[in-house]
Amino acid sequence: MSVSSSTKSVRKNTSRRKGLSINAQMIPTLAAVVIFIVMLIMGQALFGNYFKLGFVSNLFNDHAYLIILAVAMTFPILTGGIDLSVGAIVAITAIVGMKMLAVGLNPWLVMLTMILIGAAFGLLAGVLIEEFNMQPFIATLATQFLARGIASIISTDSLTMPKDNGFSWIGGRGLIIIDNPKISNDLNFNAGVLIALAVVIFGYFMLHKTRTGRTIYAIGGSRSSAELMGLPAKRTQYIIYLTSAVLASIASIVYTANIGSAKNTVGVGWELDAIASVVIGGTIITGGFGYVLGSVLGALVRSTLEPLTTDFGVPAEAVTIVVGLMILVFVVLQRAVSALNKQE
Amino acid sequence: MTATEPIVVMKGITIEFPGVKALDGVDLRLFPGEVHALMGENGAGKSTMIKALTGVYKINAGSITVAGKPVTFSGTADAQQAGVATVYQEVNLCTNLSIGENVMLGHEIRGPFGIDWRKTHKEAQKHLSSMGLSDLDPRAPLSSISIAMQQLVAIARAMVIDAKVLILDEPTSSLDANEVQELFAIMRKVRDSGVAILFVSHFLDQIYEITDRLTILRNGQFIKEVMTKETPRAELIGMMIGKSAEELSQIGAKKSRRVSKEGEKPIVQVKGLGHKGKIQPTDEQIYAGEVVGFAGLLGSGRTELGRLLFGADKPETGEYELNGKKIAINDPHTALKNRIAYSTENRRDEGIIGDLTVRQNILIALQATRGMFRPIAKKEADAIVDKYMKELNVRPADPDKLIKNLSGGNQQKVLLARWLATNPELLILDEPTRGIDIGAKAEIQQAVLDLAQQGMGVVFISSELEEVVRLSDNITVLKDHKKIADIVNDETVSQETIVDTIARSGKEA
Repeated sequence: MSVSSSTKSVRKNTSRRKGLSINAQMIPTLAAVVIFIVMLIMGQALFGNYFKLGFVSNLFNDHAYLIILAVAMTFPILTGGIDLSVGAIVAITAIVGMKMLAVGLNPWLVMLTMILIGAAFGLLAGVLIEEFNMQPFIATLATQFLARGIASIISTDSLTMPKDNGFSWIGGRGLIIIDNPKISNDLNFNAGVLIALAVVIFGYFMLHKTRTGRTIYAIGGSRSSAELMGLPAKRTQYIIYLTSAVLASIASIVYTANIGSAKNTVGVGWELDAIASVVIGGTIITGGFGYVLGSVLGALVRSTLEPLTTDFGVPAEAVTIVVGLMILVFVVLQRAVSALNKQE
Repeated sequence: MTATEPIVVMKGITIEFPGVKALDGVDLRLFPGEVHALMGENGAGKSTMIKALTGVYKINAGSITVAGKPVTFSGTADAQQAGVATVYQEVNLCTNLSIGENVMLGHEIRGPFGIDWRKTHKEAQKHLSSMGLSDLDPRAPLSSISIAMQQLVAIARAMVIDAKVLILDEPTSSLDANEVQELFAIMRKVRDSGVAILFVSHFLDQIYEITDRLTILRNGQFIKEVMTKETPRAELIGMMIGKSAEELSQIGAKKSRRVSKEGEKPIVQVKGLGHKGKIQPTDEQIYAGEVVGFAGLLGSGRTELGRLLFGADKPETGEYELNGKKIAINDPHTALKNRIAYSTENRRDEGIIGDLTVRQNILIALQATRGMFRPIAKKEADAIVDKYMKELNVRPADPDKLIKNLSGGNQQKVLLARWLATNPELLILDEPTRGIDIGAKAEIQQAVLDLAQQGMGVVFISSELEEVVRLSDNITVLKDHKKIADIVNDETVSQETIVDTIARSGKEA
């Protein structure tokens, strides 16, 4: 074998495989698209209301918070980390927000305070992870308990918004695109959905169009490599956990505005819903690969699972089992597809 | 050669770790347009010196000047800012990203709407082209190219920051001969553009081929700076190890070739052992007291065959006979139970467990064979650890040190100790001497011969034909995932014999 022939074969190989391999990374996300569409078609075919404007509107209006949480969770998971505190941050910010509204404070001030509280927890997680060298799992588990505990200390009652609060408009009818004369069959997106859209655009821009975003992917590939390449890994970690916590507070604003009340137990298990969304959306849990848009799709799949299982007559008590099974099947399917692709 | 002012001057560099003086007043000068090699055994302080220059370690005493300006680095980013770029032995790129992204990470070209990917990839292409890598697609994933090419991509990345100094820390240890030449071509290109290159390699041939100037370290101390051309090899080795070169090169030279007895059964005999895409069905036998060398180029299937013999990969075809009895070796645990051990070529990822101590690393395989309900008595464990650390001369001689803090050569010795502790009949060693210094190499080679002498069967896999020929009784030659020849290693066999065998088989095919 001569010099040139050996290197040539390597290079030819790369150019031949180029298109294929890039697709390989996207396959799990594409699979999420297909599954989502299949779910909608199936729902429509069997139960006849999945293409109704009202259904689509509600899907988005009621789950805007989950879309935001899924985007938030994408950041740490891309680095191979995790943020278990998002659900608890929703709880504490919601409780504090409700208390402030109850005494008639300016709604903008309320929102700002909620975001600052979230940021404080994000910063704390960042300090624990970077300065005390904790695993993100442990650090955010700690902040989760802390946030949930403080929320419970403040109040264990179900708090409702006062009338004329200047806050619940976010969850109102919002942007009405099609005003259907039939009852509850409008195509309308509330401000929460628009906020979620902004969050998605922010997430996409951040991850794909900024150096910080590229550093996030690099850390997911190899933290030590990223550091040796001179990338600001430490600063980026802070940004990641700050971002996910702040987005969690925004999710809290959107959710409470939509529901109109809050309790210290709100958001229990939401971090797991967010993780499920991210994983369904094709982001690899060990980091390095994944897309924000995938997470959005994951959130939509996750949100559609519940009405679908209910429509199939699964008793309410067993819905979580079905959801869990579907996630399992889904992830195995993804694995199989990408493994098959790798072999080729 | 330019005899101008040095671009980097490191003077009196001292670095202390708790309890150890890693460097003691070491000097180093790098000149623009020169390739400078840092020479010394493992543990001599080469890596520490490099890490001082790249800002990974803080220096306790001494000074660093770059381009006439005194500098203090408090991190790798600082060093890169000053124009010091580094390519490490283990490629430090992100395999999850594309080639172009890796080249440009942290230096992406930004437009009004964030990163402009079109321009960024174009710039990446430009840098790759200037390294002679114009036919690499910057959008292809890094994982789609070989380690060797990744190494070259890492150099292209280093040049993005407009480096004045390029440090190459053992870049050749995982490359085959052709790839080394490709690397050297790029190094010459970079050198001729006026960059100072600091090169570390354990291959003396390469040092003499590419370098202009040498700085020799021993035990953390500065020995001498010399011009490569004016320094004979023997003298260089003498300076590095403080012993004469002759003592070392004699290992195995006087080895009495093993004579097989009539009617003797091999320890391991396999027929048609294979795995699709890894190695075609292969026959192989290994007798007690025999060293069988696996020779072949990178990717020839030599590692794959070794892994199949150990069950690290499950064979798809073939029969496996152990001491005349049929057996299925489908996983490492079964192999260990049957006294077959395999030391991986991938020391860092599959070999050592960095955060465990030397002692734990030695005992782990033995404990695994016994199962967790039969712990090794402390006395017995101490005896085993002590015995092998002494026999193999592991330095530092402290079993409670974390193994990740040992030099490569000593890590390799610990791995050898780990497998010897399981008392194997067949020991498969995959690249046991890669990337380690002459002294440790000689010790490991000697250990291999001693083990065979004591009746162990050894499979010795190495990309260095010279040591395969020197140590083996029989040589299995592999090419393109196929065994192409069995060579009985007598006086007529040399490195050329093997090279010829590989080359000839190509023509027939």
